[in-house]
Amino acid sequence: MKLYFRYISILLKSQMQYRASFLLLSLGQFFVPFSVFAGLYFMFERFGNIRGWTFFEVALCFGVINMAFAVTECFARGFDTFSRLVVSGEFDRILLRPRSTFVQVLGARFEFTRAGRLIQSVVALVWAAMNLSVKWTVPKIITLVLMVVSGIFIFTGIFILAATLCFWTIQGLEVANIFTDGGREMAQYPLSIYKKWIARFFTFIIPFGCVNYLPLMYILDKVRENEYLYMLTPLLGMAFIVPCLFIWEMGVRHYKSTGS
Amino acid sequence: MKTYFSVFRLRLINNLQYRAAALAGVATQFFWGMMHIMIYEAFYANAVSTPPMSLKQVVTYVWLQQAFLVFIALWVRDEEIFNLITSGNIAYELCRPCNIYGFWYAKLIAQRLSGAMLRCFPILILAFFFPEPYRMTLPPSAMSFFLFIISLLLGLMVVVSISMLIYISVFITMSPVGSMLIISTAGEFFSGMIIPIPLMPLWLQKVAYFLPFRLAADMPFRVYTGHIPPAQALTGMLIQLIWLGILVLTGNAFMKRIMKRIVVQGG
Repeated sequence: MKLYFRYISILLKSQMQYRASFLLLSLGQFFVPFSVFAGLYFMFERFGNIRGWTFFEVALCFGVINMAFAVTECFARGFDTFSRLVVSGEFDRILLRPRSTFVQVLGARFEFTRAGRLIQSVVALVWAAMNLSVKWTVPKIITLVLMVVSGIFIFTGIFILAATLCFWTIQGLEVANIFTDGGREMAQYPLSIYKKWIARFFTFIIPFGCVNYLPLMYILDKVRENEYLYMLTPLLGMAFIVPCLFIWEMGVRHYKSTGS
Repeated sequence: MKTYFSVFRLRLINNLQYRAAALAGVATQFFWGMMHIMIYEAFYANAVSTPPMSLKQVVTYVWLQQAFLVFIALWVRDEEIFNLITSGNIAYELCRPCNIYGFWYAKLIAQRLSGAMLRCFPILILAFFFPEPYRMTLPPSAMSFFLFIISLLLGLMVVVSISMLIYISVFITMSPVGSMLIISTAGEFFSGMIIPIPLMPLWLQKVAYFLPFRLAADMPFRVYTGHIPPAQALTGMLIQLIWLGILVLTGNAFMKRIMKRIVVQGG
């Protein structure tokens, strides 16, 4: 853990060297989800609701998912750009060091500019939370926090899986974007608006449903019985990372250096 | 002119080599297209008032967006040119006996055209065989289709001349990522990539119509779906030509001025 913070402080210093570029990039990162959010707002202005969900309900969903995604991109960027380590043979050096590969890859990259994205999603989240006619009790706030944390775990899991694929394919695969960026775009709306098979896939295979749909039902008082079950679903979502880590370890053992 | 054409041809052949990567991209774009259509479908399912664009038109609009993404996205960039500028190898480019603006312009058009050629056919063909409501529709008339092709190509030229301005700005800023992200995000929004322009509120539509970004995406796509009738499409094409003239002329002028006091970075 100490090692990881060392990594972070070094990377922060190096990124701060180009201050103007850093600020511009953060600003850019703010506008990317902002434009999507504006689109969302205008769609609701025209259509009123989406399968019975109102704007602020969806905005809450949007905030949670984008917050989780921003944090993940900030921390786990090392996995996102992992193919470079494999292609260049840099990963050999990581294997030689007497620390876990997981921490080292995690600390390899750290994108502070994602703070822009994070700020945008926090604003969306707070704005939505204040405008919803929901009583914010302690268990509900805990659930909300759990949703974000669980989202971070799931996105990190997907990043790890995509990185693990590189052990076999060497090149990074654009297809993996379906689950990272695609997962984000999709989970901005409650999963119930999609076709059944998609909603099922994203609940039981990749548990986004445990982050946005099921706990949201509880927060918005849409369920009457078994409330605690709904409240705890984010914990199930977190479990997603366990098999991912196993697969990662398997991949590391399979690794053959590219040599250069 | 012949020089530029052969630059264009070489680049095209070169880029057509990356077929596997394009195929992977196609899969991703299918997913995006499906997802967006599902979202629109859900919105349309209980719309309060009749939207100014039918769901069928929106579906076709979405598939065209996905098929011609490389044509219209401002974030598609040629790393080679960036590296030329920041590494100082620009010196070699300057030795060439041709106009550097035209040279890069031909290169960038070829890059986008080859990308779209690889991707658009599998997407469009499959989209015609999708089950309802995801199926893409044919244009209402042959005339619409013809105008669509022409306005799409004009739009491509508009996009490339906008991105030329961005490349030229790299000479000044040296670090393109941040400013480029902001411009391309705004461009994406005002070209109707996030939500189709007819679905925006009126005041925002006015802003979008005033800017050139929609000329590459929104306009040709709506010509295809028949949302813009052929007569109006002709006026639209006139606007495209005017913008194209303005953008190319300013780009050329900037380029000339910068070339006079260019600093070659390192060796």
